[in-house]
Amino acid sequence: MVNYIWLGMIVFGILVAGANGQVEVVTRAALEGADKAVKTSLNLIAIITFWLGIMKLAEAAGLVRALARLVRPMTRFLFPDVPANHPAMGAIIMNLSANILGLGNAATPMGLIAMQELQKLNRGDPKTATTAMCTFLALNTSCLTLIPTTIIGIRVMYGSSDPTAIVGTTIFATACGMTVAIIVDWILRAIYGRQG
Amino acid sequence: MLFTVARGDLGMYELIGEISRWAIPVTLLLVPLLAFIRGVPVFEIFVEGAAEGFTTAIKTIPYLVAMLVAISIFRASGAMEVLVHVLSPILDPLGFPPEVLPHAVMRPLSGGAALGIATDLIATHGPDSFIGRLVSTMQGSTDTTFYVLTLYFGSVGITRYRYAIISGLAADFTSLVASVFIVNRMFS
Repeated sequence: MVNYIWLGMIVFGILVAGANGQVEVVTRAALEGADKAVKTSLNLIAIITFWLGIMKLAEAAGLVRALARLVRPMTRFLFPDVPANHPAMGAIIMNLSANILGLGNAATPMGLIAMQELQKLNRGDPKTATTAMCTFLALNTSCLTLIPTTIIGIRVMYGSSDPTAIVGTTIFATACGMTVAIIVDWILRAIYGRQG
Repeated sequence: MLFTVARGDLGMYELIGEISRWAIPVTLLLVPLLAFIRGVPVFEIFVEGAAEGFTTAIKTIPYLVAMLVAISIFRASGAMEVLVHVLSPILDPLGFPPEVLPHAVMRPLSGGAALGIATDLIATHGPDSFIGRLVSTMQGSTDTTFYVLTLYFGSVGITRYRYAIISGLAADFTSLVASVFIVNRMFS
């Protein structure tokens, strides 16, 4: 599926640019995209290195496993393939908690650690996503942020009389999205079959 | 509870704000301290864990380059406007104002671009207008699905995503419809 979307964006983009008589923007856009990608990855080095160190300490102290045990009743349903007390579960919970609190900088490294732990459990093809990974990403991308600080800041900047008025509506919309993500993931898991 | 929050329950915001402010410092205090108490050689183990940071970050470069190049071409070419044009007859019956459609299409692809569109709409229509509130809700309630999938899968070398994109986009679409519904319900 990602192959179709990727190719579709490029082919459709170039055709439209050509039809609009501005095909030269494609070259510049491609280089800008590559530049942004490399900068994003490089920016991640510091924060990932730092959090990997902290997470290793948390793991060595037994905290990640303790966290995994704490949320076991919920995760048994969502992640049947991840063994009880596995560090992957602890990292997933820490990633989701950081997301909920709006701590994007901490959430990303924890999420990448969760992916590494889940990849260790992958007994199938190492290039194919496991069921648990799909569930984790469905949760992650639809996850609630209690206070959407960036957008509140923009509302303040443009003189809103009630900048936080949208918090309730945001929580409602996210909750709907997250519910559907869990249901769709659960259905697709049955259709596609287990992997990992 | 949802509705009292929406009307501006300041005590609640302050509490959540305080939790967010303290979460990381407290984690940074407790984790090394507890590890030390349990007899972990803290400096050594930190360095051991951190050693993988560089390779983990670098490994994501080819995946992100592939995805962001495609998104960038799609955006710059004007293909987005064509897609918005195609989608509007489907979304119009849902009570969806056409002004916010570019944001809805851009949101899963590029966080920065979507925020730019949201800022522009808030500046043009006012933050307390229907469109201003709708786009604020949309911005906060979904994530940059394609970026997250590319980064997370890329960091462990996965190229076959199976159904992950479908569930991600289903959630995005649901949040979109729910945003229109709830903003209509509460503010108009």
